[in-house]
Amino acid sequence: MTAPSQQKLKIHGPVIVTANRLSDGAVVYRAAIGGWTTRIEAAAVVTSAVAAKDLLTIAIADDVGAVGAYVAPVELNGGRIEPGNLRERIRLAGPTFDLPITFGI
Amino acid sequence: MYLYDDFDRTLVAERVDEFRDQVTRRLSGELSEDEFKPLRLMNGVYLQLHAYMLRIAIPYGTLSADQLRTLARIARRYDRNYGHFTTRQNLQFNWIKLSDLPDVMADLAQAGLHGMQTSGNCVRNITTDQWAGIAPDEIEDPRIFAEILRQHSTMHPEFSFLPRKFKIAITAAKHDRAAVRVHDIGLRLHRNGAGEVGFEVIVGGGLGRTPFVGKTIKPFLHKRDLLSYVEAILRVYNQYGRRDNIYKARIKILVHDLGIEKFAAEVDAEWQTIKDGALSIDPALIADIVARFCYPNYESLSDQPGELKRARSANPRFETWFRNSVSAHRVSGYAIVTLSLKPEGAPPGDATSEQMDEIATLADRYSFGEIRVGHEQNLVLPHVAQRDLPDLWASLDKIDLATPNIGLVSDIIACPGLDYCSLANTRSIPVAQELTRRFSNLDSQREIGRLHITISGCINACGLHHVGHDRILGVEKNGQEFYQITLGGRADEKAELGALLGPAVPYAEVADVIEDVVAAYVELRERPNELFVETVKRIGVEPFKERVYATR
Repeated sequence: MTAPSQQKLKIHGPVIVTANRLSDGAVVYRAAIGGWTTRIEAAAVVTSAVAAKDLLTIAIADDVGAVGAYVAPVELNGGRIEPGNLRERIRLAGPTFDLPITFGI
Repeated sequence: MYLYDDFDRTLVAERVDEFRDQVTRRLSGELSEDEFKPLRLMNGVYLQLHAYMLRIAIPYGTLSADQLRTLARIARRYDRNYGHFTTRQNLQFNWIKLSDLPDVMADLAQAGLHGMQTSGNCVRNITTDQWAGIAPDEIEDPRIFAEILRQHSTMHPEFSFLPRKFKIAITAAKHDRAAVRVHDIGLRLHRNGAGEVGFEVIVGGGLGRTPFVGKTIKPFLHKRDLLSYVEAILRVYNQYGRRDNIYKARIKILVHDLGIEKFAAEVDAEWQTIKDGALSIDPALIADIVARFCYPNYESLSDQPGELKRARSANPRFETWFRNSVSAHRVSGYAIVTLSLKPEGAPPGDATSEQMDEIATLADRYSFGEIRVGHEQNLVLPHVAQRDLPDLWASLDKIDLATPNIGLVSDIIACPGLDYCSLANTRSIPVAQELTRRFSNLDSQREIGRLHITISGCINACGLHHVGHDRILGVEKNGQEFYQITLGGRADEKAELGALLGPAVPYAEVADVIEDVVAAYVELRERPNELFVETVKRIGVEPFKERVYATR
């Protein structure tokens, strides 16, 4: 869970490219059909360092669509694309506790 | 409260207009992210895991009821209906949209609030004792000097691009509630042998990757020399501080590398060139700043009025809260009330919009419209008439703000951790939540006594983990969350860094280990009022280590 921007591009399995949408910071994924999507199941999955670098280069070039693009691991479970580590699970699903709106008056 | 003038209002309004233009140009693509990032950071805007985060400065931790209502309204309209009070007396919104930020900042400016210098390599929000101006053991109100430093450092052209961020804290009381010895500059107002009031200047304290307790560089500095001496320190740091390595860029590293004597000599040489110039503080300036602070028009009241005595004897729950959360005020008949933002199972430091609105109403009704924010992530109503305490408690109890756990084991300081923060390695908030459940029994908490747990989700130490009596630091091991436990730290006038208990433990075992440590302390202490830190100092960490790791 080292900060993604500090990670070297070492690919040991399927990966995607993710970033935050410029206008609101929402988590987005580089889509298989190009552009950005908030649906991880629509993300482009690659399995080699060369393909990942190409995908990342295209993503970084879209500086207005999203910011802070980086390569993140995923797991393919029965064809489903799922986050490959805790950081990415939290980015996809939100904080791991109930937000404070559930207490108070 | 400090009353801002037209100059302050114009400055903040112009910053809003400037930022609106910058956001427009960023969204259109005219500015790249590389160009925009330093601009947003100077306004307290970060990009976190899920969204943008806006950090709002609360200078010296003092808020008006109207300002708190503004924060509640922004949380409701632009965020997710809550805000997070931080360990540096700021407030953070975690779900702000960049496209909304100019309007948010315009709303803040209307209330005299902003996010300037809550980020970036500049002098950050000046913090102080949340009991400033009301503590019985205080010499003078330290906020006067916090405000002078705030004015001097805001948009200071020479210090807007320091090697790293720079944090200053001030205390004027015997008991240090501002943690001045773990700041880049710590200032302690005190009286010298001649009876004059001045500052002990402490430099090079800090937590993070390389923690240091600050060293005294000037045992006594006259008040008139405050700005020139701080400026001299900043100039030496600006000149010699490292810019090639972010991990070695803070002033604490420079002070450590040079040694305090050589660093002090450099500062003194610089100071001699400026000390009697424009930065010398005229007593008239201090008087002018004092005049801009509004102090309550206190009534003439007696301590322990009949209403209070009756409630204390009639209602055990009120009595418990009174003994825990109510402190002596320097004015007779009044009290300082701390509101716990740490109810069982809740994220430490969070308050909902409804809570903020209700606190603002209670502040208007009972505390001259004033609220304070402490670095322990709790709020304070600073001027409550003792006769009003029973009614205030009843109102607080209805909104989960009367948990009588101030200073106890469940009054946990925690950073946002991996649930929000892009720098974090591990989660902090769920660990804190679980610990508040484990120690939910208030009778047991009181039996344990004063014990501060602090939690940080990474080495940057936003959760002040080095100076917790019992501190928890999250570290990553092969993609898994592990936590180092350190015992015996403290952030007050006897500031010390803790000692490592042993190997890091996995997420699932942290609460068990802390329970074991606390149980060992209760067994090992010499007397019921021997503090946890005193026990650790007396016997070291080995007896705790044996207890914790024997079965693991």
